Amino acid sequence: MKKVYEIRFSGSGGQGIITAGMVLGEAASVFDGKYVVQTQSYGPEARGGACKTELMIADERVSYPKPELADILLVMSQASYDKYIDEVKEDAWVIVDSSTVKYKPARGVFPVPITKLAEEVVGNKVVANVVAMGVLSSLTNIVSYEALERSLLNRIPRGTEEMNKKALKLGKTLEFKDNV
Amino acid sequence: MLFYKLYKDKDGRKVGFVQGNEACAEAALAAGVRFFAGYPITPSSEIAQVLAEKLPMYGGRFIQMEDEIAAMAAIIGASMTGVKTLTATSGPGFSLKQENIGYACMNEVPCLIVNVQRAGPSTGLPTQVSQGDVMQTRWGTHGDHPIVVYSPCSVEETAELTITAINTSEKYRTPVILLMDETVAHMREKITLPHESEMKLFNRTRATVEPSDFRSFDTRFGDVPPFEPYGNEKGYRFHITGLNHDENGFPTSRQDEVVPYMDRIHRKIYNNLDDIIKVKEWNTDDADFLLIAFGTTVRTCLGAMEKGRKKGLKIGVLQLITVWPFADKVVARLAKKIENIFVVELNMGQIINEVSRAAAGHGKIKGINKYDGVFITPDEILTHLK
Repeated sequence: MKKVYEIRFSGSGGQGIITAGMVLGEAASVFDGKYVVQTQSYGPEARGGACKTELMIADERVSYPKPELADILLVMSQASYDKYIDEVKEDAWVIVDSSTVKYKPARGVFPVPITKLAEEVVGNKVVANVVAMGVLSSLTNIVSYEALERSLLNRIPRGTEEMNKKALKLGKTLEFKDNV
Repeated sequence: MLFYKLYKDKDGRKVGFVQGNEACAEAALAAGVRFFAGYPITPSSEIAQVLAEKLPMYGGRFIQMEDEIAAMAAIIGASMTGVKTLTATSGPGFSLKQENIGYACMNEVPCLIVNVQRAGPSTGLPTQVSQGDVMQTRWGTHGDHPIVVYSPCSVEETAELTITAINTSEKYRTPVILLMDETVAHMREKITLPHESEMKLFNRTRATVEPSDFRSFDTRFGDVPPFEPYGNEKGYRFHITGLNHDENGFPTSRQDEVVPYMDRIHRKIYNNLDDIIKVKEWNTDDADFLLIAFGTTVRTCLGAMEKGRKKGLKIGVLQLITVWPFADKVVARLAKKIENIFVVELNMGQIINEVSRAAAGHGKIKGINKYDGVFITPDEILTHLK
């Protein structure tokens, strides 16, 4: 594993971007024992508007708390793709929600129709962020699947456990390529 | 509804992935704070949010007051009944609290005031980071007065310093300020709260004399007067006032009472600087460049140090954990040794004047300042180091 993973999730308010950052951060730090810093920014709107969360995940203490160029970028809206697609390292992995974003195929850019799959396979697009976390866990080993699931199940409303588990598993088992 | 959960680690300590504000509230509960009065304001609101939910579970009280003036008054009153107290605010509210902070200084009232800085002046940039209140924490209230101010650079340190600040306030009978900034307040990191037995909590010294012999500001036992709470059943009576007062707490303008009083409330802090002043140094032994900072900008300085050293720039960092009283001796020692000193602040240059004073002509001292509401990056620091 690299010394520090610099991670950026971005999308629109209401997509659960920041929740995904909190779940990933807790899973990696509290359950997997990594050093993690998570920050976020969002507009004043409850829904819509740009929002992002950023994480530094490392095996040792993290100094500067924010990513400069990302190792992993998840984009779930066109605006966030346009804004952040160039702010990544050369060997970065980019997960693009291809059901909401028009993107340029490139090495390391993985299109996955995240929102569409959440809606059609799991039955609710509200878990698109959970599908995205599943995709992330199959792409990298920065967090264990068990930790991610445990942290997720601790944060969701009662009665939605099965739907969330299904969404995470869907993301984990999807097959995808960068089409280059 | 709270957005975090605490778990138990294998040794039974509470752990969680929380924001700085949440860490402050949890540490305050762990340190025995049982009263909060406040008026929620961004970026400090989560402190009130957590304590509103949790204080009742600990047998404590939470009051949302009509404004910050009243909130400060309420924590003073509650503290005088013997309870450990806390209020939290940001710049605009901190301005309103100033008069009553002076009252707490004058009456030696233990209490903790958390100021989560946002950009100002006035209502400024409510959701954006700044460190523009550092001089206000020292001189915001009028008149000569001692004050202790701590400033954390991480979520973990926020929890530690909350406990330290409460202990200091109890030990020296003084208001203490925890000076946070928006970045550390809203950033999430892991905290581990110590077991109660590991915390070394300090409770204010109680009277050993009979009630009939009790004086509100007794100097017979040292510079910190023993305390008895309002409404105690044993009949210890006392009086407090914002006016200069004698040992019994009644107003006086006698020079032979005013001067010893003023000297004593300063002496109890300034004679104990080794206990109160905390700093951290990184690579100051071989440094050609020294970065001095407090609060979250320390993290950027560390990032700049790591990046710079890879390119051969010998950078060291000094963190002023205790901002006030100022770490004169440490700065003087380092200024004699390191030629190039940069003071990194998210304001137009405040603590740099203290650095210059303490350095007393040694070293070339320059400010690296940012005041656009955006957190400073390591590269922004490195561009100044050429």
